[in-house]
Amino acid sequence: MKLKLKLPNPGLDDRIASHGDLERMEKDEAGDRPQWDNKAQYLLTCVGFCVGLGNVWRFPYLCQSHGGGAFMIPFLILLVLEGIPLLHLEFAIGQRLRKGSVGVWRSINPYLAGVGIASMLVSFLVGVYYNTIMAWIMWYLFNSFQDPLPWSQCPLNANRTGYVEECARSTTVDYFWYRETLNTSTAIDESGGLQWWMVLALIAAWTVLYICCIRGIETTGKAVYITSTLPYLVLTIFLIRGLTLKGSTEGIKYLFTPDVNELMNPSTWLDAGAQVFYSFSLAFGGLISFSSYNSVHNNCEQDAVLISIINGCTSVYSATVIYSIIGFRATQKYDDCFGDNILKLMNAFNYPENNITQSNYNEILTYLNHTSPDVIQGLSLQTCDMQTFLSQGVEGTGLAFIVFTEAIIEMPFSPLWSVLFFIMLFCLGLSTMFGSIEGVIAPLLDLKVLPRSWPKEVISGLTCFVSLALGLIFALRSGNYWLALFDNFAGSIPLLVIGFFEMISVVYIYGMDRFNKDLEFMIGHKPNIFWQATWRVISPLIMIVILIFYFVTQVTKELTYLVWDQESFPTLAERYYPQWVYVMIFILAGVPSLAIPFFALYKLIQRKFCKKDYSDSTVDTVSAKIQMNDKMKF
Amino acid sequence: EGFKVRLSIKTALGDKAYEWNRNQRFLFQAAIAFAMSHHLDLEFNVSNVLVCDETPRVSFWFVVTSPGDPSRLVGKESVELAVRESRDRINNVLLLNDATLEFVGVLPTLVAPVKPATPPWLIVFGVVIGIVGAGIVFLLVSTVVQKKRKEKEVAEEEEDDEEAQMKRTARNEGIYNTSFSEDDRNTQM
Repeated sequence: MKLKLKLPNPGLDDRIASHGDLERMEKDEAGDRPQWDNKAQYLLTCVGFCVGLGNVWRFPYLCQSHGGGAFMIPFLILLVLEGIPLLHLEFAIGQRLRKGSVGVWRSINPYLAGVGIASMLVSFLVGVYYNTIMAWIMWYLFNSFQDPLPWSQCPLNANRTGYVEECARSTTVDYFWYRETLNTSTAIDESGGLQWWMVLALIAAWTVLYICCIRGIETTGKAVYITSTLPYLVLTIFLIRGLTLKGSTEGIKYLFTPDVNELMNPSTWLDAGAQVFYSFSLAFGGLISFSSYNSVHNNCEQDAVLISIINGCTSVYSATVIYSIIGFRATQKYDDCFGDNILKLMNAFNYPENNITQSNYNEILTYLNHTSPDVIQGLSLQTCDMQTFLSQGVEGTGLAFIVFTEAIIEMPFSPLWSVLFFIMLFCLGLSTMFGSIEGVIAPLLDLKVLPRSWPKEVISGLTCFVSLALGLIFALRSGNYWLALFDNFAGSIPLLVIGFFEMISVVYIYGMDRFNKDLEFMIGHKPNIFWQATWRVISPLIMIVILIFYFVTQVTKELTYLVWDQESFPTLAERYYPQWVYVMIFILAGVPSLAIPFFALYKLIQRKFCKKDYSDSTVDTVSAKIQMNDKMKF
Repeated sequence: EGFKVRLSIKTALGDKAYEWNRNQRFLFQAAIAFAMSHHLDLEFNVSNVLVCDETPRVSFWFVVTSPGDPSRLVGKESVELAVRESRDRINNVLLLNDATLEFVGVLPTLVAPVKPATPPWLIVFGVVIGIVGAGIVFLLVSTVVQKKRKEKEVAEEEEDDEEAQMKRTARNEGIYNTSFSEDDRNTQM
């Protein structure tokens, strides 16, 4: 059964290189397009782009909150049905058309240039806020070179009688994060001033990124040897360390204990789908760019499957490591909580030490409750629940900068573990940033907005500088709230929209038949029924379902955000966004998404009003009429 | 007028914990006597420190009597100040610390975290920026140098081309038509 649905697309052959041209280009190695030194660089770069902070701090949280081991089922199913086909599509189209994202979509049809431009905008916006997280990681990394670690102690208050109130009421790690790092204000409108240490950290982050991207893939190709492999090494070290700590198995059990009922919950499938999509860094345009530097006959099908498997396995592996450490921390807190209660009982009833232990605590408590209930009331004993400790604040920046740092200070040789952990996060984020920057620079080169004479170094420098300037907004006191805004809106809906349009463009505008032939030319065999079914029907369907659900949930729910306010220590308080933030949200989410129809309309208007007759281009002169052939010799 | 004291010997010392007995109590009394003498500059004796109400928790109350008049008690504030002043010594004598030797109601004197002159993070930042900056300068300079070298080579090639052509035509027994050579674009005046 062949679906012959294809939209008319005149002039396609004029815009793209034919198979013959590609063979010739391959042999002559002509063209000014950069190339990979070897296959390993290409694979490591793609793996680095896909494997990022989300694998470490988003996936484990989703896994644990959606039924543990049972979450693997929707995750794997959607990985196969959605992730791998989309990845293969991006690799193949990049390799075939040999241009960055704008070039590719413009070649397929000039009206589709908006898709590429949307990719570029999203890559830019995401790059700006993602590198701020890198700046935070660098700040913590720089602060790890001291013993004791600065987040293990509270500073003293003015008259040295006790600790600073904010620190005493929350915890040392909370205080270090919210006060000494961010110096956060209490609302997004209170912008405060620029925090000089944050500005320095931002400068450091962008400078390191610049030196790695200074000559495009020539330099990033070398950098990825370290940035893509080091995280695995550190994860293994942490796994070994974690498993030797008390309570780590509790964490792993908590993570993987399956709750099959969660599979009935639609939000589980939705979150799994969204996670697969974002985890693969699709629709940024970076992957298309990277593939365009490959040789034409590179086996992109194999690459897509390989990278998907690596990405999935990394998610599961890092979840195990993270939760072993979280189990350790939860056990520490549980022991501390119990210790506190036991001390209170001991002091109140003058029991000798070590008489009350965790095992006989309950009997003694019930006995004492009988004999002197009023005293027990006055003691305000806390209930110590392991499950609560295991489920505390374990996603996003909260995981890295609060929960994990708290666990690290309990481990012996804390500065060493801290340095290792933050270097790992830094490498994970840096390799993702390479893809983001590529997703901005390649379209800029395709669009030819910058003079050709400018060398690559200047273009990448300019991109980094402009992003740094915009990123200063995150160095304000309200920077954390701005980042959450960017994260929620710039990096979510536009990507889903772009991904959907990518699929539709390739399958129905470029033409599935042509695409099949291209793949046959490139890798030697026609893609099998699995690819046909997923590309034509299954993947676009999944995309549109996720997009609709996402959109509906975002629009219907009340827009609130969490603030760090004195009134509600130690938890975060919920506030409503002020009205002007809605404009920002529209800019972040709406502008990239609307770029697609906008540029299509723009092209339409351009064609209609600037109609030059290119059809009759023959010149009416005598010399044009004379037939020149080889036989005539002067 | 007295203070309640709590000791957590087993928590502090684990296996090396000592039994709380009359001799240990004597040591505690001596330490308090020392603290009072040191603070008030009067001679206090061990008998001026009275301990009562001992419990198996190891907690008890103590009061300090004035050395001149054993029936009069020394005020709470002076005792508190004396204890705070010599807290370190008292702790060390009993092999305990602020948490395990608790004087109920007496605020602990906290040791401020050590703050070095330059924050360590600034040093690491400086090192990283220095290395990265040097790397960037090196890469940019090497690009410029490479470009200059390429331009020189291309210019030399063009000169050679002209001469090579002349040599080739001479070899083929022809005369090189110099009127079309690009040597001097402008006729020399």
